[in-house]
Amino acid sequence: MKLLIANGHLIDPAAQENTGMNVLIEDGKVSAWLRPNEKPPEGCEVFDASGLLVAPGFIDLHVHLREPGQEHKETIASGAAAAVAGGWTSVCPMPNTNPVNDNAAITRYMIEQAEHAGLANVFPIGAITKSSDGAELAEMGEMKAAGAVAVSDDGRPVPNAGIMRRAMQYAKDFGLPVIDHCEDKSLSAGGVMHEGRVSLLLGLKGMPALAEDIDAVRDIILAKDTGAHVHIAHVSTKGAVDAVRRAKNEGINVTCEVTPHHFTLTDKFVEGYDTNYKMAPPLRSEEHLEAIIEGIKDGTIDAIATDHAPHHHDEKALEFDRAPMGITGLETAVGLAFNELVHKGIISLERLVEMCSANPARIFSLEGRGTLRPGSVADITVIDPEAKWTYSNAESRSRSRNSPFDGWEFTGRAVATFVGGKLVFQA
Amino acid sequence: MEKPFRRRDLLGIRELSAAEIKGILDTSENFLEVNVREIKKVPTLRGKTVINLFFENSTRTRTSFELAAKRLSADAVNISVASSSLSKGETLVDTALNLDAMNPDCIVVRHGSAGVPYQLAKVSKAAIINAGDGSNEHPTQALLDAMTIREHKKQFDGLEVAIVGDILHSRVARSNIHLLTKLGARVRVAGPGTLVPNGFEHLIHLGERPSGSPPYEGGVAAASADGVVLPQQLQVCEHIEDAIRGADVVMILRIQRERQDAAYFPTLREYSIHYGLTNERLDLAKKDAIVLHPGPMNRGIEIASEVADSSRSLILDQVKYGVAVRMAVLYLATGGSAPT
Amino acid sequence: MGEELNLVEKSRIMDAAAMNRALRRLATEIVEKNKGAEDLYLVGIRRRGVPLAEHIRDKIEAIEGVRPLYGILDITLYRDDLSTVGANPIVNRTELTEDIEGKNIVLVDDVLYTGRTIRAALDQLMDFGRPRRVQLAVLIDRGSEHRELPIQADFIGKTVPTKQAEIIKVMLKEFDDVEAVGIFERK
Repeated sequence: MKLLIANGHLIDPAAQENTGMNVLIEDGKVSAWLRPNEKPPEGCEVFDASGLLVAPGFIDLHVHLREPGQEHKETIASGAAAAVAGGWTSVCPMPNTNPVNDNAAITRYMIEQAEHAGLANVFPIGAITKSSDGAELAEMGEMKAAGAVAVSDDGRPVPNAGIMRRAMQYAKDFGLPVIDHCEDKSLSAGGVMHEGRVSLLLGLKGMPALAEDIDAVRDIILAKDTGAHVHIAHVSTKGAVDAVRRAKNEGINVTCEVTPHHFTLTDKFVEGYDTNYKMAPPLRSEEHLEAIIEGIKDGTIDAIATDHAPHHHDEKALEFDRAPMGITGLETAVGLAFNELVHKGIISLERLVEMCSANPARIFSLEGRGTLRPGSVADITVIDPEAKWTYSNAESRSRSRNSPFDGWEFTGRAVATFVGGKLVFQA
Repeated sequence: MEKPFRRRDLLGIRELSAAEIKGILDTSENFLEVNVREIKKVPTLRGKTVINLFFENSTRTRTSFELAAKRLSADAVNISVASSSLSKGETLVDTALNLDAMNPDCIVVRHGSAGVPYQLAKVSKAAIINAGDGSNEHPTQALLDAMTIREHKKQFDGLEVAIVGDILHSRVARSNIHLLTKLGARVRVAGPGTLVPNGFEHLIHLGERPSGSPPYEGGVAAASADGVVLPQQLQVCEHIEDAIRGADVVMILRIQRERQDAAYFPTLREYSIHYGLTNERLDLAKKDAIVLHPGPMNRGIEIASEVADSSRSLILDQVKYGVAVRMAVLYLATGGSAPT
Repeated sequence: MGEELNLVEKSRIMDAAAMNRALRRLATEIVEKNKGAEDLYLVGIRRRGVPLAEHIRDKIEAIEGVRPLYGILDITLYRDDLSTVGANPIVNRTELTEDIEGKNIVLVDDVLYTGRTIRAALDQLMDFGRPRRVQLAVLIDRGSEHRELPIQADFIGKTVPTKQAEIIKVMLKEFDDVEAVGIFERK
């Protein structure tokens, strides 16, 4: 079966292409690029992308799909549906499922569930330590063989530097990046928002920025020592961005991602005690947000990842200090990136595409993805940068409704999503 | 949530203007008289229902609100929830909606978590009154403290107030700082460095006022470089002596043993030696300085017994004003107006 | 008070001299009916009853050589319209420093209209004790056809039949610049 994405404008940063180009797909792969005046082959289906951008499928390095174990919040199928509706063709779920994804059986289960759903690709992230308890190493080699693309203990970061060092030494053998949610919990314990003027004002316990800084610096020192690839999850502080920038200049193998909420919101939004502004790392103050924007601009920050963290309404409808951390984000990320980064002139469209496709593919070594060069997998995100739309929690594909962006108006979105050459979403 | 006509919440002092605070104080003043009558009851809130929803134990505040409601002829119902709603598997919002279905006019809420009154106000038709939420605010305590101060000092403009103790966790300190600075007093806070964090002097910030609210009045305000107005009225002192020196009012906060357990200070003994209010320390204040304490007191720890029992200590006056303030607040929450 | 700006005076019923004469007559009648000023307790109803009660008190003292007891009632907490739209009453202080037990109370107000204020005043008075007798003195009675409760005045400065749309304003030096009584209408 042949499909031509016709009349669109192709942006493929990995191939350094930014031009009007038709993309021909055969058997789930890109088979050729055709100039607008080139005749398509006979019997070819045509998707008209006039006025639209055609980009390599977006890859989200950081999601929580809750399956197995917390299917009332999200399933792999519902999470994948939310992903493709947001323009993401691949998502990488964190291992904090129940049981924890610390072995090949669970990794395989997650991939199988994703294949059943037939929407987005799911590339699981395995645990660093068994049950993410921070003590014994999990079977990284087996998980890698089953399809895991990285390891992390995410929200329960390995507190012991000795264990983390061994984890890096070991993960390196299998070419697995070690992802760290940087938070020294001895400094942030009990905290529910960024520590600063607003937390003092609201009487809420703060999580100091330095809890993230200290852990990020530790990881970078360990990366330098071990030569492993460390990927810093959801950077949110000036200190962490600065540390990554210095490390990259030194040639240390470190990458990092940022979430849309951390480049959009500040801790001031917590003022109404709405638990949909509660997440870890927390929304930081203005100075940190400025440092994040700077890091996006100068390339210190490699990727945009959602940290999509669905929680059931009943869990979020609690006292602010008792509600769980996290917000959904798959469907709003592209809109936020357009509003806050592209339309404000902070980054170019090309750079946005790079942060959502080429870079994530490189960071997790996803072969044949993150580009639309002939021969690559036909994961494609088709974007209308001028489309005006309003996000509504009520219409979300996710099983959960915990987004603070309910009612936000955006300009720019994914209007069609192809995974393996198959149209899985159309606005 | 749209409130029925004229139902008004009292969530915190930080949302109030100086004029609104003065209005509540003036109204409270006029309720004082009812509390010394032979028949301490007026029919004003007859047929209205006040629910005292207490998630934290507090005999004094709850009794004070209950008496206030009853003296106004409202039907007062006390609900004590030993621990959080979570233990029953019911969400905070569910609890609010269930109470709301019984059509109360006013819900007085005390909770160990900051922000609960704000969360309830969003879903409840009843007027919500904050009787203390976590480390956030305790507005009626600040109002009764202000009544006590006004009785003795007549005015707030230029008044020097020292607040000593666990500033970080104190809702009483927060409400008092907002109230006193809005009315033009200067506040100095002191306590162990672990309990008076860096940057606390930036707590009050005029940029914070909700849009559409009346302009800030009273107080010395200075414009900083970026145009945000920062009143230079809140100062953090390194030593308790610096805070107390020359003060008109010394407010002592209760220190909790849990803070020792969490390593905020080594021992209560050491706390009492270095941060307790003794006669010698009080002698640094103005001759006619008054001493306030939100109670219950830990005698011999944050306050020496001889200070607590001296004529400068107005702790019982505070309790007396408490009922009048709460009557005023209930009255204003359910339909009355304050003088302007 | 923005509403008052929309009032126009239709006619003036009393000037300062007439008011003074009416108050003097009220003082005389009160003393006559109570056979002197012993046990007499004048209670002004906020706001405009208060200066009127003070004037009557002075005049009684001039006639009898005895200064009657005197107090102030703020009836706000006893009003029956707290729940109605637009009421928003402000609480002021009640000052009944002398015991009212066994006294001859004379309530003083500016205008008697529906009778509801007097009902509230009576209820409040009873919460302070058991007076021997309660009488009512008003400067203006708008006529019994407006009454919503079975209440009449014992002493009346002047009866002024009015329409419902009309408003009677007793102006006093304490609150207004003039001393006069006028009939007003909304523009």
